[in-house]
Amino acid sequence: MNGIHDMGGMHGFGRVEREENEPVFHARWEGRLFGLTNAFRRQRLGNIDEFRHAIERMAPVDYLGSSYYERWLDGNVRLLVEKGVITREELERRMAQLASGPDPAPPHSDPDLLARMLRRLKERPPFRQPGPPPRFTLGDRVLTRSDAPARHTRLPRYARGKHGVVARVHGSYIFPDTNAHGKGEQPHPLYSVRFDAAELWGSSAEPCAPVHLDLWERYLEPAAPARSTS
Amino acid sequence: MSGVHDEHGHHHREPESVLSLRVRALESLLIEKKLVSSEAVDRIVSAYEEDIGPHNGAKVVARAWVDPAYKQRLLADGTAAIEELGFGGVDLQVVENTPGVHNLVVCTLCSCYPSALIGLPPVWYKSFEYRSRAVREPRVVLREFGVDLPETVEIRIWDSSAELRYLVLPQRPPGTERLSEAALAELVTRDAMIGVAVVPAPAAR
Repeated sequence: MNGIHDMGGMHGFGRVEREENEPVFHARWEGRLFGLTNAFRRQRLGNIDEFRHAIERMAPVDYLGSSYYERWLDGNVRLLVEKGVITREELERRMAQLASGPDPAPPHSDPDLLARMLRRLKERPPFRQPGPPPRFTLGDRVLTRSDAPARHTRLPRYARGKHGVVARVHGSYIFPDTNAHGKGEQPHPLYSVRFDAAELWGSSAEPCAPVHLDLWERYLEPAAPARSTS
Repeated sequence: MSGVHDEHGHHHREPESVLSLRVRALESLLIEKKLVSSEAVDRIVSAYEEDIGPHNGAKVVARAWVDPAYKQRLLADGTAAIEELGFGGVDLQVVENTPGVHNLVVCTLCSCYPSALIGLPPVWYKSFEYRSRAVREPRVVLREFGVDLPETVEIRIWDSSAELRYLVLPQRPPGTERLSEAALAELVTRDAMIGVAVVPAPAAR
Protein backbone atom coordinates (compact mmCIF):
# COMPACT_ATOMS: atom_id res chain seq x y z
CA MET A 1 0.00 0.00 0.00
CA ASN A 2 1.09 3.59 -0.56
CA GLY A 3 1.33 4.05 3.19
CA ILE A 4 3.07 6.54 5.41
CA HIS A 5 5.29 3.68 6.64
CA ASP A 6 6.92 3.41 3.20
CA MET A 7 9.55 6.05 3.97
CA GLY A 8 12.56 5.17 1.85
CA GLY A 9 13.76 8.26 -0.04
CA MET A 10 11.25 10.72 1.47
CA HIS A 11 12.41 14.30 1.84
CA GLY A 12 11.77 16.59 4.78
CA PHE A 13 13.11 14.66 7.75
CA GLY A 14 16.06 16.14 9.58
CA ARG A 15 19.24 14.86 11.17
CA VAL A 16 19.34 11.43 12.75
CA GLU A 17 19.32 12.05 16.50
CA ARG A 18 21.22 9.60 18.65
CA GLU A 19 20.89 8.88 22.34
CA GLU A 20 23.99 7.87 24.29
CA ASN A 21 23.71 4.82 26.56
CA GLU A 22 20.19 4.18 25.45
CA PRO A 23 18.18 1.73 27.61
CA VAL A 24 16.64 -1.35 25.95
CA PHE A 25 13.19 -0.06 26.91
CA HIS A 26 12.45 3.57 27.79
CA ALA A 27 9.46 2.74 29.99
CA ARG A 28 8.23 -0.41 31.71
CA TRP A 29 5.17 -0.58 29.46
CA GLU A 30 7.35 -0.81 26.36
CA GLY A 31 8.96 -4.00 27.68
CA ARG A 32 5.59 -5.48 28.72
CA LEU A 33 4.20 -4.75 25.25
CA PHE A 34 7.25 -6.26 23.57
CA GLY A 35 6.88 -9.42 25.65
CA LEU A 36 3.13 -9.60 25.01
CA THR A 37 3.70 -9.24 21.28
CA ASN A 38 6.14 -12.15 21.38
CA ALA A 39 3.50 -14.19 23.20
CA PHE A 40 0.78 -13.35 20.66
CA ARG A 41 3.03 -14.58 17.89
CA ARG A 42 3.70 -17.91 19.63
CA GLN A 43 -0.03 -18.27 20.33
CA ARG A 44 -0.76 -17.70 16.63
CA LEU A 45 -2.97 -14.70 17.36
CA GLY A 46 -1.62 -13.03 14.23
CA ASN A 47 1.48 -13.53 12.12
CA ILE A 48 4.29 -11.01 11.64
CA ASP A 49 2.93 -9.85 8.28
CA GLU A 50 -0.56 -9.24 9.66
CA PHE A 51 1.02 -7.29 12.52
CA ARG A 52 3.09 -5.12 10.16
CA HIS A 53 0.03 -4.47 8.03
CA ALA A 54 -1.98 -3.51 11.13
CA ILE A 55 0.63 -0.85 11.92
CA GLU A 56 0.67 0.34 8.31
CA ARG A 57 -3.07 1.01 8.49
CA MET A 58 -2.75 3.58 11.27
CA ALA A 59 -4.01 6.99 10.21
CA PRO A 60 -0.93 8.72 8.75
CA VAL A 61 -1.15 11.63 11.20
CA ASP A 62 -1.18 9.17 14.11
CA TYR A 63 1.69 7.18 12.64
CA LEU A 64 3.86 10.29 12.40
CA GLY A 65 2.82 11.55 15.83
CA SER A 66 3.48 8.31 17.69
CA SER A 67 6.57 6.69 19.12
CA TYR A 68 7.67 3.25 17.94
CA TYR A 69 5.99 1.32 20.75
CA GLU A 70 2.86 3.46 20.51
CA ARG A 71 2.60 2.19 16.95
CA TRP A 72 3.08 -1.36 18.23
CA LEU A 73 0.31 -0.85 20.77
CA ASP A 74 -2.04 0.54 18.14
CA GLY A 75 -1.23 -2.32 15.73
CA ASN A 76 -1.61 -5.03 18.34
CA VAL A 77 -4.97 -3.72 19.56
CA ARG A 78 -6.20 -3.38 15.97
CA LEU A 79 -5.13 -6.93 15.15
CA LEU A 80 -6.55 -8.51 18.32
CA VAL A 81 -9.87 -6.72 17.78
CA GLU A 82 -10.00 -7.84 14.14
CA LYS A 83 -9.22 -11.41 15.19
CA GLY A 84 -12.04 -11.32 17.73
CA VAL A 85 -9.67 -11.90 20.67
CA ILE A 86 -10.68 -8.70 22.49
CA THR A 87 -13.05 -5.79 21.94
CA ARG A 88 -12.20 -2.11 22.31
CA GLU A 89 -14.98 -1.72 24.88
CA GLU A 90 -13.54 -4.55 26.94
CA LEU A 91 -10.12 -2.89 26.86
CA GLU A 92 -11.56 0.49 27.95
CA ARG A 93 -13.46 -1.20 30.78
CA ARG A 94 -10.35 -2.99 31.98
CA MET A 95 -8.40 0.27 31.91
CA ALA A 96 -11.04 1.89 34.12
CA GLN A 97 -11.00 -1.08 36.50
CA LEU A 98 -7.21 -1.01 36.83
CA ALA A 99 -7.22 2.76 37.36
CA SER A 100 -9.43 2.39 40.42
CA GLY A 101 -8.67 -1.01 41.89
CA PRO A 102 -6.74 -4.28 41.84
CA ASP A 103 -6.27 -6.41 38.73
CA PRO A 104 -9.28 -8.75 38.47
CA ALA A 105 -7.46 -11.31 36.31
CA PRO A 106 -6.60 -14.49 38.22
CA PRO A 107 -2.93 -15.52 37.88
CA HIS A 108 -2.26 -17.85 34.98
CA SER A 109 0.75 -20.05 34.35
CA ASP A 110 1.63 -21.64 30.99
CA PRO A 111 4.97 -23.45 31.03
CA ASP A 112 4.48 -24.68 27.48
CA LEU A 113 4.03 -21.14 26.13
CA LEU A 114 7.11 -20.00 28.04
CA ALA A 115 9.15 -22.88 26.61
CA ARG A 116 8.04 -22.07 23.07
CA MET A 117 8.90 -18.40 23.50
CA LEU A 118 12.36 -19.15 24.87
CA ARG A 119 13.00 -21.74 22.16
CA ARG A 120 12.15 -19.19 19.48
CA LEU A 121 15.05 -17.01 20.70
CA LYS A 122 17.49 -19.75 19.65
CA GLU A 123 15.94 -21.77 16.84
CA ARG A 124 15.92 -20.97 13.13
CA PRO A 125 13.01 -18.73 12.16
CA PRO A 126 10.22 -20.49 10.23
CA PHE A 127 10.09 -18.12 7.26
CA ARG A 128 12.22 -20.15 4.86
CA GLN A 129 10.01 -22.91 3.45
CA PRO A 130 10.16 -25.31 0.48
CA GLY A 131 8.91 -23.70 -2.72
CA PRO A 132 9.25 -23.74 -6.50
CA PRO A 133 12.71 -23.50 -8.13
CA PRO A 134 14.00 -19.98 -8.85
CA ARG A 135 13.29 -18.49 -12.26
CA PHE A 136 16.21 -16.04 -12.07
CA THR A 137 19.89 -16.60 -11.49
CA LEU A 138 22.84 -14.54 -10.31
CA GLY A 139 23.51 -11.59 -12.61
CA ASP A 140 20.08 -11.62 -14.28
CA ARG A 141 18.68 -8.18 -15.02
CA VAL A 142 15.15 -7.71 -13.68
CA LEU A 143 12.42 -5.07 -13.70
CA THR A 144 10.30 -4.57 -10.59
CA ARG A 145 6.54 -4.35 -10.88
CA SER A 146 4.99 -0.91 -10.95
CA ASP A 147 1.69 -1.89 -9.30
CA ALA A 148 0.59 0.15 -6.30
CA PRO A 149 -1.53 -2.42 -4.44
CA ALA A 150 -3.74 -1.18 -1.61
CA ARG A 151 -2.71 -4.22 0.45
CA HIS A 152 0.48 -5.17 2.27
CA THR A 153 3.64 -5.52 0.21
CA ARG A 154 7.37 -5.45 0.86
CA LEU A 155 8.29 -3.84 -2.44
CA PRO A 156 8.92 -0.22 -1.38
CA ARG A 157 7.55 2.63 -3.46
CA TYR A 158 11.02 3.94 -4.31
CA ALA A 159 11.92 0.68 -6.04
CA ARG A 160 8.81 0.16 -8.18
CA GLY A 161 9.24 -0.04 -11.95
CA LYS A 162 13.04 -0.03 -11.57
CA HIS A 163 15.77 -2.11 -13.17
CA GLY A 164 18.13 -4.09 -10.99
CA VAL A 165 20.44 -7.08 -11.07
CA VAL A 166 20.07 -10.30 -9.08
CA ALA A 167 22.93 -10.26 -6.56
CA ARG A 168 21.98 -13.34 -4.55
CA VAL A 169 19.43 -16.14 -4.74
CA HIS A 170 18.24 -16.65 -1.17
CA GLY A 171 15.90 -19.63 -1.41
CA SER A 172 12.17 -19.78 -0.90
CA TYR A 173 10.46 -17.64 1.76
CA ILE A 174 6.90 -17.10 3.00
CA PHE A 175 5.24 -14.37 0.90
CA PRO A 176 4.14 -11.40 3.07
CA ASP A 177 1.71 -10.09 0.44
CA THR A 178 -0.54 -13.14 0.89
CA ASN A 179 0.38 -14.08 4.46
CA ALA A 180 -0.77 -10.66 5.70
CA HIS A 181 -4.24 -11.25 4.25
CA GLY A 182 -5.13 -14.81 5.22
CA LYS A 183 -4.28 -16.05 1.74
CA GLY A 184 -1.64 -18.52 2.81
CA GLU A 185 2.12 -18.54 3.11
CA GLN A 186 2.78 -19.23 -0.60
CA PRO A 187 6.56 -19.56 -0.17
CA HIS A 188 8.54 -18.84 -3.34
CA PRO A 189 11.99 -17.60 -4.34
CA LEU A 190 13.48 -14.51 -2.74
CA TYR A 191 16.39 -12.61 -4.26
CA SER A 192 18.75 -9.87 -3.25
CA VAL A 193 18.41 -7.33 -6.05
CA ARG A 194 20.98 -4.59 -6.54
CA PHE A 195 19.86 -1.19 -7.86
CA ASP A 196 22.25 1.52 -8.99
CA ALA A 197 21.64 4.73 -7.09
CA ALA A 198 20.99 6.66 -10.32
CA GLU A 199 18.24 4.19 -11.29
CA LEU A 200 16.44 5.02 -8.02
CA TRP A 201 17.23 8.69 -7.49
CA GLY A 202 18.17 10.02 -10.91
CA SER A 203 20.54 12.95 -11.08
CA SER A 204 20.35 13.54 -7.30
CA ALA A 205 21.92 10.15 -6.57
CA GLU A 206 25.10 9.98 -4.54
CA PRO A 207 28.06 8.36 -6.34
CA CYS A 208 28.75 4.66 -5.80
CA ALA A 209 25.85 4.00 -3.43
CA PRO A 210 23.83 1.04 -4.75
CA VAL A 211 20.83 -0.19 -2.76
CA HIS A 212 20.06 -3.86 -2.24
CA LEU A 213 16.54 -5.06 -1.52
CA ASP A 214 15.28 -8.56 -0.76
CA LEU A 215 12.50 -9.09 -3.28
CA TRP A 216 10.18 -11.99 -4.02
CA GLU A 217 9.99 -13.42 -7.51
CA ARG A 218 6.41 -12.18 -7.95
CA TYR A 219 7.71 -8.61 -7.69
CA LEU A 220 10.01 -9.17 -10.66
CA GLU A 221 9.88 -9.43 -14.44
CA PRO A 222 12.79 -10.40 -16.68
CA ALA A 223 14.52 -7.44 -18.31
CA ALA A 224 16.79 -7.24 -21.32
CA PRO A 225 20.49 -6.98 -20.43
CA ALA A 226 21.73 -3.40 -20.11
CA ARG A 227 23.48 -2.15 -23.24
CA SER A 228 27.21 -2.00 -22.69
CA THR A 229 28.49 1.55 -22.47
CA SER A 230 32.12 0.61 -23.02
CA MET B 1 -6.17 4.57 18.05
CA SER B 2 -3.35 5.70 20.29
CA GLY B 3 -3.50 9.39 19.39
CA VAL B 4 -5.93 12.08 20.47
CA HIS B 5 -6.95 15.10 18.44
CA ASP B 6 -7.93 18.56 19.63
CA GLU B 7 -10.63 20.70 18.04
CA HIS B 8 -8.16 21.80 15.36
CA GLY B 9 -7.40 18.23 14.34
CA HIS B 10 -3.87 18.47 15.66
CA HIS B 11 -2.32 15.31 16.90
CA HIS B 12 -1.07 14.89 20.45
CA ARG B 13 0.69 11.95 21.98
CA GLU B 14 -1.15 10.32 24.80
CA PRO B 15 0.42 10.71 28.24
CA GLU B 16 2.68 7.90 29.37
CA SER B 17 0.24 7.11 32.16
CA VAL B 18 -2.52 6.27 29.65
CA LEU B 19 -0.20 4.18 27.47
CA SER B 20 1.01 2.31 30.52
CA LEU B 21 -2.55 1.72 31.70
CA ARG B 22 -3.64 0.45 28.27
CA VAL B 23 -0.77 -2.04 28.14
CA ARG B 24 -1.57 -3.21 31.69
CA ALA B 25 -5.20 -3.66 30.65
CA LEU B 26 -4.16 -5.61 27.56
CA GLU B 27 -1.95 -7.90 29.62
CA SER B 28 -4.70 -8.36 32.21
CA LEU B 29 -7.31 -9.30 29.59
CA LEU B 30 -5.02 -11.77 27.87
CA ILE B 31 -4.04 -13.39 31.16
CA GLU B 32 -7.74 -13.72 32.01
CA LYS B 33 -8.27 -15.39 28.63
CA LYS B 34 -5.31 -17.69 29.38
CA LEU B 35 -3.49 -16.54 26.24
CA VAL B 36 -0.37 -15.21 27.94
CA SER B 37 1.32 -15.53 31.30
CA SER B 38 3.12 -12.78 33.19
CA GLU B 39 6.06 -15.12 33.64
CA ALA B 40 6.46 -15.50 29.86
CA VAL B 41 6.47 -11.73 29.41
CA ASP B 42 8.93 -11.33 32.31
CA ARG B 43 11.34 -13.81 30.79
CA ILE B 44 11.30 -12.26 27.32
CA VAL B 45 11.91 -8.80 28.79
CA SER B 46 14.81 -10.05 30.90
CA ALA B 47 16.28 -12.00 27.96
CA TYR B 48 16.46 -8.80 25.91
CA GLU B 49 17.57 -6.63 28.82
CA GLU B 50 20.22 -9.00 30.16
CA ASP B 51 21.31 -11.77 27.78
CA ILE B 52 20.89 -10.64 24.20
CA GLY B 53 22.85 -7.64 22.97
CA PRO B 54 25.68 -6.30 20.83
CA HIS B 55 28.22 -8.35 22.82
CA ASN B 56 26.88 -11.49 21.11
CA GLY B 57 27.40 -10.06 17.64
CA ALA B 58 30.83 -8.82 18.71
CA LYS B 59 31.86 -12.41 19.46
CA VAL B 60 30.84 -13.44 15.95
CA VAL B 61 32.85 -10.57 14.43
CA ALA B 62 35.93 -11.30 16.52
CA ARG B 63 35.84 -14.97 15.56
CA ALA B 64 35.65 -14.01 11.88
CA TRP B 65 38.65 -11.71 12.32
CA VAL B 66 40.87 -14.42 13.82
CA ASP B 67 39.64 -17.44 11.87
CA PRO B 68 39.57 -17.06 8.05
CA ALA B 69 37.75 -20.35 7.55
CA TYR B 70 35.02 -19.22 9.97
CA LYS B 71 34.76 -15.91 8.14
CA GLN B 72 34.17 -17.77 4.88
CA ARG B 73 31.43 -19.86 6.45
CA LEU B 74 29.90 -16.75 8.05
CA LEU B 75 29.72 -14.89 4.74
CA ALA B 76 28.37 -17.95 2.90
CA ASP B 77 25.71 -18.90 5.48
CA GLY B 78 25.42 -16.55 8.44
CA THR B 79 22.54 -18.46 9.99
CA ALA B 80 24.57 -21.69 10.24
CA ALA B 81 27.80 -19.93 11.25
CA ILE B 82 26.31 -18.17 14.29
CA GLU B 83 24.80 -21.49 15.40
CA GLU B 84 28.37 -22.77 15.71
CA LEU B 85 28.84 -20.16 18.46
CA GLY B 86 25.54 -21.02 20.16
CA PHE B 87 23.48 -18.15 18.74
CA GLY B 88 20.27 -18.35 16.73
CA GLY B 89 16.75 -17.05 16.38
CA VAL B 90 17.55 -15.15 13.20
CA ASP B 91 18.07 -15.85 9.51
CA LEU B 92 21.30 -13.93 9.02
CA GLN B 93 23.15 -12.48 6.05
CA VAL B 94 26.59 -11.06 6.87
CA VAL B 95 28.13 -8.43 4.58
CA GLU B 96 31.84 -7.65 4.74
CA ASN B 97 33.47 -4.23 4.79
CA THR B 98 36.72 -4.00 2.80
CA PRO B 99 38.99 -1.08 1.85
CA GLY B 100 36.77 -0.54 -1.23
CA VAL B 101 33.30 -1.37 0.12
CA HIS B 102 31.39 -0.06 3.14
CA ASN B 103 28.04 -1.65 4.02
CA LEU B 104 25.09 0.10 5.66
CA VAL B 105 21.92 -1.57 6.96
CA VAL B 106 18.46 0.02 7.16
CA CYS B 107 14.80 -1.01 7.14
CA THR B 108 12.82 1.67 5.32
CA LEU B 109 9.43 -0.07 5.79
CA CYS B 110 9.56 -0.84 9.51
CA SER B 111 12.38 -1.86 11.87
CA CYS B 112 13.89 -5.17 10.69
CA TYR B 113 17.13 -5.81 12.57
CA PRO B 114 19.10 -8.88 13.75
CA SER B 115 17.62 -8.49 17.24
CA ALA B 116 17.96 -12.11 18.34
CA LEU B 117 21.74 -11.71 17.94
CA ILE B 118 22.56 -8.08 18.80
CA GLY B 119 19.51 -6.97 20.79
CA LEU B 120 16.74 -4.54 19.99
CA PRO B 121 17.55 -1.66 17.64
CA PRO B 122 18.27 1.82 19.00
CA VAL B 123 15.56 4.44 18.60
CA TRP B 124 17.48 6.23 15.82
CA TYR B 125 17.49 3.06 13.68
CA LYS B 126 13.66 3.07 13.83
CA SER B 127 13.40 6.84 13.32
CA PHE B 128 11.74 8.44 10.31
CA GLU B 129 14.97 10.38 9.71
CA TYR B 130 17.14 7.29 9.31
CA ARG B 131 14.55 5.23 7.44
CA SER B 132 13.86 7.94 4.88
CA ARG B 133 17.41 9.17 4.33
CA ALA B 134 19.78 6.17 4.59
CA VAL B 135 18.83 4.84 1.14
CA ARG B 136 18.88 8.18 -0.69
CA GLU B 137 21.78 10.07 0.91
CA PRO B 138 23.87 7.48 2.75
CA ARG B 139 27.07 9.54 2.54
CA VAL B 140 25.42 12.53 4.21
CA VAL B 141 23.92 10.29 6.91
CA LEU B 142 27.26 8.58 7.49
CA ARG B 143 28.99 11.94 7.88
CA GLU B 144 26.44 12.83 10.56
CA PHE B 145 27.61 9.68 12.34
CA GLY B 146 31.22 10.81 11.94
CA VAL B 147 32.09 8.43 9.09
CA ASP B 148 33.47 10.34 6.09
CA LEU B 149 34.31 8.00 3.24
CA PRO B 150 35.90 8.98 -0.08
CA GLU B 151 33.77 8.62 -3.20
CA THR B 152 36.06 5.83 -4.35
CA VAL B 153 34.62 3.66 -1.56
CA GLU B 154 31.37 2.04 -2.65
CA ILE B 155 28.59 2.30 -0.08
CA ARG B 156 26.30 -0.68 -0.27
CA ILE B 157 22.95 -0.11 1.36
CA TRP B 158 20.96 -3.13 2.48
CA ASP B 159 17.27 -2.30 2.90
CA SER B 160 15.96 -5.21 5.00
CA SER B 161 12.68 -5.91 3.22
CA ALA B 162 12.38 -9.63 4.08
CA GLU B 163 12.92 -11.98 7.00
CA LEU B 164 16.66 -12.08 6.38
CA ARG B 165 18.54 -9.84 8.73
CA TYR B 166 21.78 -8.06 7.88
CA LEU B 167 24.91 -7.74 9.97
CA VAL B 168 27.98 -5.81 8.86
CA LEU B 169 31.36 -7.46 9.37
CA PRO B 170 33.51 -4.39 10.04
CA GLN B 171 37.17 -4.15 9.02
CA ARG B 172 39.60 -5.25 11.69
CA PRO B 173 41.46 -2.13 12.82
CA PRO B 174 45.22 -1.90 12.30
CA GLY B 175 47.49 -2.49 15.27
CA THR B 176 45.38 -5.30 16.73
CA GLU B 177 47.54 -8.22 15.61
CA ARG B 178 48.50 -9.12 19.19
CA LEU B 179 45.02 -8.87 20.68
CA SER B 180 43.18 -11.99 21.78
CA GLU B 181 39.80 -12.90 20.31
CA ALA B 182 38.11 -11.75 23.54
CA ALA B 183 39.97 -8.42 23.47
CA LEU B 184 39.00 -7.93 19.82
CA ALA B 185 35.34 -8.53 20.67
CA GLU B 186 35.59 -5.69 23.19
CA LEU B 187 36.39 -3.29 20.34
CA VAL B 188 33.30 -4.12 18.26
CA THR B 189 30.34 -1.76 18.65
CA ARG B 190 26.67 -2.07 17.77
CA ASP B 191 26.96 0.86 15.39
CA ALA B 192 29.83 -0.80 13.52
CA MET B 193 27.66 -3.89 12.98
CA ILE B 194 24.88 -1.68 11.51
CA GLY B 195 27.44 0.12 9.35
CA VAL B 196 27.20 3.65 10.79
CA ALA B 197 30.63 3.40 12.45
CA VAL B 198 34.00 1.88 11.81
CA VAL B 199 35.90 0.05 14.53
CA PRO B 200 38.68 2.40 15.64
CA ALA B 201 42.21 1.20 16.38
CA PRO B 202 42.70 0.71 20.15
CA ALA B 203 45.16 3.61 20.43
CA ALA B 204 42.57 5.99 19.01
CA ARG B 205 40.00 5.08 21.64
